[in-house]
Amino acid sequence: MAELHAGEQIPEVRITPDKYLTVRYAGASGDFNPIHIDEDFARAVGLPGRILHGLWTMAQVARAQTDAAGGPEHLKRLSVQFRGMGVPEHEVIVSGTVRELADGRAVIDTVAEQDGKQIIRNAEAELEL
Amino acid sequence: MPVNTKAIGKTYEPVVYAVGREKIKEYARAVGETNPVHLDVEAAREAGYADLIAPPMFAVVYSAPSVGPPIFDPEIELNFAMMVHGGQEFVWGPPVVAGDEITTTAGVKDISEHDGRGYYVFESISTNQRGERVCRGTWTNIVRGV
Repeated sequence: MAELHAGEQIPEVRITPDKYLTVRYAGASGDFNPIHIDEDFARAVGLPGRILHGLWTMAQVARAQTDAAGGPEHLKRLSVQFRGMGVPEHEVIVSGTVRELADGRAVIDTVAEQDGKQIIRNAEAELEL
Repeated sequence: MPVNTKAIGKTYEPVVYAVGREKIKEYARAVGETNPVHLDVEAAREAGYADLIAPPMFAVVYSAPSVGPPIFDPEIELNFAMMVHGGQEFVWGPPVVAGDEITTTAGVKDISEHDGRGYYVFESISTNQRGERVCRGTWTNIVRGV
């Protein structure tokens, strides 16, 4: 568990989803929207190819918080905005800054980016410590 | 064409989900979890839980099915082909562990329109078999060109 201090960053999470990650996540989550698993379908609807599930990327944002706090039970709230789209085989980086820390509760401002673009922005997490 | 707001406040039939140990492991691996409380029963028990703990975002697995009926409800007239998932919030209560049975009820929290986009906000409330609220989800879907 990381020591949290107001104004400081939480440890980054860096993960590169492999080529077949979206297929495994589809099975694990039950979200089989073909834009995530079918290259031809994704291109036919104007996407560059298969895109990551936004909720997988949100899970990476959640993991950055629970790793920083020392366990899953500490995460009490997470709200995110999805922007743009993530793609497989490019690294996703989650970063965050402790905005408030008082009375055993921390509020973290956090984002996920890929290739220098935010794919989750304006995210806010609340941790109970 | 203005969005149809008549369905605000409508709720749907509850969806029941039985949380399995292997499903938690499958989900945890897919999202890259390394904390052993999601993967190793002994580690979860040593941490004081009856069985594997679901990662918080496992809420997607037990609560997303409840949001299907409002998305496809003809009364709401949501144009699914033009829909993107704009935002998501989860608020968590006590942890979910393998063996729990989670009941989720979804409802229409808000429907509005700004600058030619429709905002369809659904809320899901999930409770465990002891009646404890384990998660509240707020699902914001944006439809272009309404």
